[in-house]
Amino acid sequence: MLKQVEGSHSTAEAIALCRPEVICAYPITPQTHIVEGLGEMVKTGDLNNCEFINVESEFAALSVAIGASAAGARAYTATASQGLLFMAEAVYNAAGLGLPIVMTLGNRAIGAPINIWNDHSDAMSMRDAGWLQLFAESNQDSIDLHIQAFRLAEELSMPVMVCVDGFILTHAVERVDMPAQADVDAFLPPYEPVQVLDPKDPISIGAMVGPDAFTEVRFLQHYKQTLALRLIPEFAAEFQTRFGRDTGGLLRTYRADDAEMLVVAMGSINGTIKDTIDEMGADGFSIGLVTIVSFRPFPTEALRRLLAGRKHVVVIEKSFAVGMDGQLANNVDLALRNTPAAPQVHSVVAGLGGRAITRASLHRVFRRAMAQPWEGAHFLDLNEEIIGKELHHVRKVRRSGPTAENLLRRLDQAAQAPAAE
Amino acid sequence: MFQIRIHGRGGQGVVTAAAVLSVAAFLEDKHAQAFPSFGSERMGAPVVSFCRIDTKEIRLREPISAPDALIVQDVTLFKAIDVFQGLKESGYLLVNTNQSFADLHLAPIVAKLPAGHAVTVPATELALKHIGRPVPNAALLGAFAALTGIVRLDSVAKAIREEFPGKIGDANVAAATEAHDAVVARVKSAA
Repeated sequence: MLKQVEGSHSTAEAIALCRPEVICAYPITPQTHIVEGLGEMVKTGDLNNCEFINVESEFAALSVAIGASAAGARAYTATASQGLLFMAEAVYNAAGLGLPIVMTLGNRAIGAPINIWNDHSDAMSMRDAGWLQLFAESNQDSIDLHIQAFRLAEELSMPVMVCVDGFILTHAVERVDMPAQADVDAFLPPYEPVQVLDPKDPISIGAMVGPDAFTEVRFLQHYKQTLALRLIPEFAAEFQTRFGRDTGGLLRTYRADDAEMLVVAMGSINGTIKDTIDEMGADGFSIGLVTIVSFRPFPTEALRRLLAGRKHVVVIEKSFAVGMDGQLANNVDLALRNTPAAPQVHSVVAGLGGRAITRASLHRVFRRAMAQPWEGAHFLDLNEEIIGKELHHVRKVRRSGPTAENLLRRLDQAAQAPAAE
Repeated sequence: MFQIRIHGRGGQGVVTAAAVLSVAAFLEDKHAQAFPSFGSERMGAPVVSFCRIDTKEIRLREPISAPDALIVQDVTLFKAIDVFQGLKESGYLLVNTNQSFADLHLAPIVAKLPAGHAVTVPATELALKHIGRPVPNAALLGAFAALTGIVRLDSVAKAIREEFPGKIGDANVAAATEAHDAVVARVKSAA
């Protein structure tokens, strides 16, 4: 059924269609509307057989989800940014124990400096925790990926994080096609746990494991991720047969067939990139797009097949490892390891802390990658003037003060300067 | 694609205005995307929301820097920020006020736009009359339908009733309809 609703609302509705039995929530912007929506549905009875548990922190939210999942319930929670960091220990536990929890991450930057806006730093901070991580390009994607996420999680007995760009998607009102309950029920069978805490058949979950078997437990976790590489496309194909939409999968391509340059990106920025690619294609540029849907597991093989033989690869990502390069760019490099005639990889860091990524800037950086390639990460639309001034200040003055406050003051001064003329 | 930027102050409902407008377009089988300028807004601070309307899927996620239409909920914004930034030469301008463009010293800006593309509407007064509260959204959206023809009044009315069921919806639709009819008359007399 077609609807025009806020992204958080449509995501909440999709989660309700998946019949979760326990939802634990602690509010943090920008995911709050999702769990609020679910709370409302539980209260009105639109979502039956589901317990909505308000908890005192994000750590508790995921801990309760772990308990519920271990007791055989289909468990769901959502968080963002600092909230994800606060539950970090439980994030690793959920994966290490192999519990099929689904969590929405309303992607948001991590402080300091305090920032409530969108980027992918939060997702990247937990990329090695052992969860599957799927990235939504649109609110339709968010709906479809959540439905596939529960199926994947339960099939593999692994937790899945669905990453939805905070504000850009969660707060956007747009058209979605909401699946019918009967179709979701047919796609997603009731949860049949591989391990369950049952007083009638007591077991323990969460043993201490010494050096004699720790590596093997970890290896099996790793092995499950490799199984996911096969299952994700299978479930996406099954989803397409039933729902008629080509969503999910490991990655998607756009105008990529013979393109000399391929852009690689994740999340909501792919829409703006597609529009830019259309415009550049009309100008005679040979450029296409690879959208990474599954960041964990990373589609190394599929990506290598796509990228090998191209001239340029531009990786655009909303996060970076400070002192190094973008995490996605590093993973793309890995996919090209030992590949003969590997393309030149250009790393672009963009959209940090909610900075808008515009077509104008994308046009410039794609052209520059062909004409004047750079080493390391290129920071899109970096304000070099205030950085120069701040570096000069720091060199001259020992007690140079807090960086964030200094930069804000410089921006204020710059904004007021023309008015004084 | 037709792009609208809505300027207001925190609490006046710019986000709801963009959302309701997108629903009106959706009801006409168009694609629409409404989104706020994200931030930790406070009551009274200048705020912006955006709405895109198209006949095909909208993939673009950048803020609207070159709008086809501006809706301004509060005239005190003209002194606070550059509301007109990027407005297209062929653009539309709709301002909530009981004053004229000349009173607001906006005549030079209006003169650059095509004839009949700029109107004022006393949306807050209409809201007080019909709804009893100073909520200008419905009247502004009714006026927007009349000014641009991008959506029809009946779609705006239906979208308003989806957002505000019952009597409040009726009152808002009455405000939208009066604003719509007033703008139709004004644009006709200007043409």
